[in-house]
Amino acid sequence: MNSPAEASQASYLADPSGKGLRGWLLTVDHKRIGVLYLLAMMSFFVVAMSLGFLMRLVQLTAFKGLVSAQTYNALFTVHGVIMIFLFVIPGLPAVFGNFLLPILIGARDVAFPRLNLASWYFFMAGALVALASLFLGGGAPDTGWTFYVPFSVRTTTNVSLAVFGVFLLGFSSMLTGINFITTTHRLRAPGMTFFRLPLFVWGLYASAWVQVLATPILAITLVLVILERLFGVGIFDPSRGGDPLLYQHLFWIYSHPAVYIMIVPAMGAISEILPTFAQRTVFGYKAIAYSSLAIAGVGSLVWGHHMFTSGMSDAANVIFSLLTMVVAIPSAIKVFNWVSTLYRGAIDFQPPLLFALTFIVLFCIGGLTGVIQGALSVNIHLHDTYWIVGHFHYVMFGGAAFGFFAALLYWFPKMFGRMYSRAWIYASWFPIFIGFNMLYGGMLVLGVMGMPRRYYAHLPRFHAMHVEVTVGSWLLVLGLLIYLGTLVYALFRGERAGSNPWHGVTLEWRIASPPPPDNFAELPVITTGPYVFPEGPP
Amino acid sequence: MSEEHDAFAGRLGMWLFLATEVVLFGGLFIAYAVLRNRYPADFHRAGAAMEVALGLTNTVVLLTSSLTVALATDALRRGLRLRAQGFLAASLGLGLVFLGIKGFEWAAKFHHGLYPKAAHLATLPQGEQVFFGLYFTMTGLHAVHVLAGLALLAAMLAMARRGTLRAIVLENAGLYWHLVDIIWIFLLPLFYLAA
Repeated sequence: MNSPAEASQASYLADPSGKGLRGWLLTVDHKRIGVLYLLAMMSFFVVAMSLGFLMRLVQLTAFKGLVSAQTYNALFTVHGVIMIFLFVIPGLPAVFGNFLLPILIGARDVAFPRLNLASWYFFMAGALVALASLFLGGGAPDTGWTFYVPFSVRTTTNVSLAVFGVFLLGFSSMLTGINFITTTHRLRAPGMTFFRLPLFVWGLYASAWVQVLATPILAITLVLVILERLFGVGIFDPSRGGDPLLYQHLFWIYSHPAVYIMIVPAMGAISEILPTFAQRTVFGYKAIAYSSLAIAGVGSLVWGHHMFTSGMSDAANVIFSLLTMVVAIPSAIKVFNWVSTLYRGAIDFQPPLLFALTFIVLFCIGGLTGVIQGALSVNIHLHDTYWIVGHFHYVMFGGAAFGFFAALLYWFPKMFGRMYSRAWIYASWFPIFIGFNMLYGGMLVLGVMGMPRRYYAHLPRFHAMHVEVTVGSWLLVLGLLIYLGTLVYALFRGERAGSNPWHGVTLEWRIASPPPPDNFAELPVITTGPYVFPEGPP
Repeated sequence: MSEEHDAFAGRLGMWLFLATEVVLFGGLFIAYAVLRNRYPADFHRAGAAMEVALGLTNTVVLLTSSLTVALATDALRRGLRLRAQGFLAASLGLGLVFLGIKGFEWAAKFHHGLYPKAAHLATLPQGEQVFFGLYFTMTGLHAVHVLAGLALLAAMLAMARRGTLRAIVLENAGLYWHLVDIIWIFLLPLFYLAA
């Protein structure tokens, strides 16, 4: 409930010192920057979702003529580039990390507020350059989101521009990581020791290290692709003595850890949601915190499992395969701790909990299919088939994006001070869940049957499954539109949420919704762990 | 946030940024290691075309400029503003000398047809082609960093003249300059002493 004192404070949304568009575009308030990211990302998400929808449609006979094979190549490339670099990688840290990190640790802002705004501009610049590559001269890039050489060096499409856009996005990610690490170290409220940090902060902290230490490798790799295209320096070009396998190594040295940049903050958000709706402290706090670091650490050493069929030595293959299986351990630790948190809790079933539980189920499927394809002998059959696409979407979409959607449901009342219609969110869940499993579960089956990924056409024996998968995509898109529509409606018409609608106990629930510009009138002093719930029913 | 607190955060942020720079060049060092391991004899031959004297001169120039940046920071801490400005100007000058020598070397390589896509280079063994590809990429990226560092030092000098330069800001700018210096120290043996 809003106390009179809270109600009298202006919210950050209506901060008199920063009015109008100018007040938003030049803001250094971490909360406003989080909202700026949210708006941009949801737009990109809808664009990329539409491209995916179109790709599925083309697999139906009736719609084959809709796009050419070359356009299809561009579709899957651009779908991947936008989803990965503009939504899933930056998603949770940039939106919820920015909005909540300072609040959760009891600070008034991040360590470098102006750098934070600069990161947003790098993000937008990168996004615009990447999007421009679709429409300018040579045509949309057609390499797939991995930009593999030698094709990415030879093709005449706008690869240089797209790659430069991703380079700028990497800069944004790196600067955000630097900001978060420094903020976590320097700006914790009095008494907020590391083991009193909410687990979302642990997730952000672990992934911030990956952002800082892995992203530069991607940056230099992309610079080399551009130099290769412009000047022919020959480092990746076998006809000049270079090594294409080297490109794959460098690319995955970043891009596999990037998976953990995406998933670890999502896991952190789930670790916030479950205790609140079970009204009990999280089970195994330290195990969850350390497993975030373990995933970030070991996850940085498994990139070779993307290259089992690329011609690495057997010794390298075996080591990468082993390490890949080892990552499953800290992931499983988290899952067991989450389930134990629910056990004998006072469950209050609400939309964020539903999406958090869905995250756990889909992430388990994603994780376990990952172990399967991490085995060398199986991988030879499954490599570059729809199985990989299915697995990937279970982890990236079922994992990271569902974590994002759950987090959005959980913190939406805090961010905007309004509550959405729970009935409509529940209604959106059914088509989302059923459509999701038809779409990506069907892809797993197609992969085992032998359907290669990225093909424009397919053999008749795959057609029935392709129809099933495409119908799934319709359900999924329908559900997502209901979900987004419900939230947009709530933004303007939702009822007032009050400062603590979920009876949470972390610091963000102790201030008004939406929070005042300075977060805390007086900085809190922390004396306990983050998840100490009052005895008895809330 | 207190001034001291602020300084500590600034220093931490700067070191993290330097870590990203090290990893950035780390990617190139990996590429160098892989390719040199593949073509040891070609790298040895191609390295003979490098002007060791110019490389060593540039090393001395850059190391000296790092010293003057450190002296400028020290002078600013002790309140000797004019001396700090003098040392900063010296660092700027030395950085320009470095770029001048580098430009001279590049021009000579171009003159001899030792650059990517040159007709002459294409006739050489593949390992030598890769050597010069790496040479231009790595020294080129380093030169870009020298330019950025010079812009930073020029900004420091301007702030010092207005009297608005804080020691922590200069210290962080100096850290960046030292990084540029350290990377060069690795580039020197990899290319100039490869023969």
